[in-house]
Amino acid sequence: MDRIKRALDSDLFYSYKSSPLALVSSIVAAILIFSAVFAPLVAPHNPFDPGSLNLMNGFSEPMVPNAFTGDTFMLGTDDQGRDVFSTILYGMRISLFVGFAAVVFAMTIGIVLGLTAAYAGGRIDSFIMRIADVQLTFPSILVAMLVFGIAKGITPVHLRDQVAIWVLIISIGLSDWVQFARVVRGAALVEKSKEYVEAAILIGRGPAGIVFRHILPNVLSPVLVIATISLALAIISEATLSFLGVGAPPTSPSLGTLIRVGQGFLFSGEWWILFFPAMTLLLLALSVNLLGDWLRDALNPKLDD
Amino acid sequence: MRTNLMVSVTVALLASTSFAAANTLHWARAGDSLTLDPHAQNEGPTHALAQQIYEPLVLRDMTGAYEGALATDWGPSPDDPNVWIFNLREGVTFHDGADFTSEDVVFSITRAQSEDSDMKELLNSIVEVRADGDYTVEFVTDGPNPILPANLTNLFMMDRGWAEANDSVDVQDIEGGEVTFASLNTNGTGPYILVSREPDVRTVLTLNEDYWGIDMFPLDVTEIIYTPIQNAATRVAALLSGEVDFIQDVPVQDLDRVASTDGLEVITAPQNRVIFFGMNQGAADLEADDVDGANPLADLRVRQAMNLAINRDAIQQIVMRDQSEPAGMIAPPFVNGWTAELDAAVSTDIAAANALMEEAGYGDGFSIRLDCPNDRYINDEAICQAAVGMMAQIGIDVNLAARPKAQHFPLITNDETDFYMLGWGVPTYDSEYIFNFLVHTRTENRGSWNGTGYTNEDIDAMIVSLSSETDLDVRNATIASIWEEVQAETLYLPVHHQVLNWGMADHVETIVDPEDQPRFKYFVLN
Repeated sequence: MDRIKRALDSDLFYSYKSSPLALVSSIVAAILIFSAVFAPLVAPHNPFDPGSLNLMNGFSEPMVPNAFTGDTFMLGTDDQGRDVFSTILYGMRISLFVGFAAVVFAMTIGIVLGLTAAYAGGRIDSFIMRIADVQLTFPSILVAMLVFGIAKGITPVHLRDQVAIWVLIISIGLSDWVQFARVVRGAALVEKSKEYVEAAILIGRGPAGIVFRHILPNVLSPVLVIATISLALAIISEATLSFLGVGAPPTSPSLGTLIRVGQGFLFSGEWWILFFPAMTLLLLALSVNLLGDWLRDALNPKLDD
Repeated sequence: MRTNLMVSVTVALLASTSFAAANTLHWARAGDSLTLDPHAQNEGPTHALAQQIYEPLVLRDMTGAYEGALATDWGPSPDDPNVWIFNLREGVTFHDGADFTSEDVVFSITRAQSEDSDMKELLNSIVEVRADGDYTVEFVTDGPNPILPANLTNLFMMDRGWAEANDSVDVQDIEGGEVTFASLNTNGTGPYILVSREPDVRTVLTLNEDYWGIDMFPLDVTEIIYTPIQNAATRVAALLSGEVDFIQDVPVQDLDRVASTDGLEVITAPQNRVIFFGMNQGAADLEADDVDGANPLADLRVRQAMNLAINRDAIQQIVMRDQSEPAGMIAPPFVNGWTAELDAAVSTDIAAANALMEEAGYGDGFSIRLDCPNDRYINDEAICQAAVGMMAQIGIDVNLAARPKAQHFPLITNDETDFYMLGWGVPTYDSEYIFNFLVHTRTENRGSWNGTGYTNEDIDAMIVSLSSETDLDVRNATIASIWEEVQAETLYLPVHHQVLNWGMADHVETIVDPEDQPRFKYFVLN
């Protein structure tokens, strides 16, 4: 109870309450994430169960009964007779899972390398940060495609579909760790020269203990900001890769795969197959991004007036 | 004098460039040719590009009628029923200037019969090819072969000297990933010369001014720019915006849109091509399934159940938007041996299919991988996705792996797939072609595209007998009994016959070739 009270009294919560943008975007993000996580309960159909599909329902318009089966679908159906609404919910699950997992992966690498660089200094620092600089000169989507291509090349053909999602996570994560490493290193360099760190050294704590027990907790707030913005970027990266046909397999589509499929029907007037997944992606990325922006401002003491 | 010459050269150059620009045909389709080696892949788009550059002795024009290309006339020898005589066209030169003579024919046929050739199934009956002077060639067969010319329409003639000089006597081993000079360069006798090529990106051909038929054919198109565009929407957008003038595969969902656009037209014709699924029944244990120590596809009841589970009407109405004809056999209606009874599509019956699965001991189903191309046939990937749903209804859990055809086809020819999609067109218009490639046991000379592992000595013997059977009634009876066996075995799961939809700008005038092989020398530009 005490903790909740403390949280409600905090500056952060005050800033949240008084920012309509943060309120709205967090509500939108919460609704989207909630309905994705509980998709099996929310969605009227399970689009990943191919046995439950009826091809004759294909290309049903939103809210118009299908000419063959008489079934009605709120957001219409795609070319395989899948309910677009359910597909979006399930697709968003994959997009969010890949996004979260990729960010956690990137964050882990970035924090470990950033702290190591800051604490060790010297050649190790230069080495890690030069690698980061080199990677920054490539667009991250290219890095992701490169990693994805190599991973596909070395996995045996019959395992490719099973590992596709993990490969996607690793490739997006590897393309995104640099931001974390740079920020963590910068913040850790500042913390490193502070007295509490010197005190810890004096009482004889080992480097690992100092870095992870003492420095890490003090550099987490910028990491949190980057993680939120990275989540939006990772979701978009995943959608881009899947849109290009190198991401999630067609039988378990993510939002990007759905947009890719829908794009083929733009000219023929079946707009809903593309429109609704694209709008969902937009809402999801935008709300997470706005949350990240707000968090950045709220945690920045220099902007506190 | 000198300035005069310069001026006239400049004028001539200007004239020729503006002339060329006015008659450029921008051609697009979903996939690219797999190789420029004319004997390495027996595949539609590969032949479609090769047709413009290389020529066979005899070809079928776009109505399907025989026409002499590099041969002027041909017929069985009056003295020996086992010999066909071809008289060659005189004065024909290859693009590099070398003369086309009988030694090139002997070389090309021998090359196409060699180990890595994908054309050798067509030449099984040929024992020997011999030159009789510079412009006559005799084909000796292992018995009278009444349909020999039908087997030669996609057999392109190469220059022996050029192949020898460029280390290209052997056919490219495409499954082994080999790249040879002849797979990247060409030297044909055909109406168009290769200018540049980036595989999967852009190929440029220009008119061969020294073509032997320069006065015999329209040859309105003086430059061809060929761009594979895999994405259906992008392909249509390219046609709508005028970026390309001719696409061979208008996506079925966009037919109305293209046809109703001013300045564009769509022409339609049934295609000589059937789409079907193959199942590996020969392996003792499948690689990409979850049944250990047994092969569920080896059980006829499982194959029959799968056949009953496919809802061909739904595929026709929804996936193909009526641009297909459900099929009951893997022969297009153009082919000798096709009958309406055999081609009657099996009606879907999930209850009966489930009963068969139960009886076979797979009542709980099994899981398997389906390999599918995504840039070869009309809506290939969408058909496979639909099949995933239909198989799920009888408990078969299908993992779909869709790939570009360049990666898909080697899976079939290398025996690396258990369940796959394939389409088959029959340029010879005879069932023997289907049997040789798809039914005969996989051996050195036959069965190269038979990924089912099916083997039956009696059937093999019957297939071999077809090439030398002169009594057409006996031959047709043999064909009928082979089909009976293929159907009884449910060797393949037929899906449908494709309908061709060529989309083009109004100024392009052509008819649709049932084999989907545009031959630009016949195209007229208005």
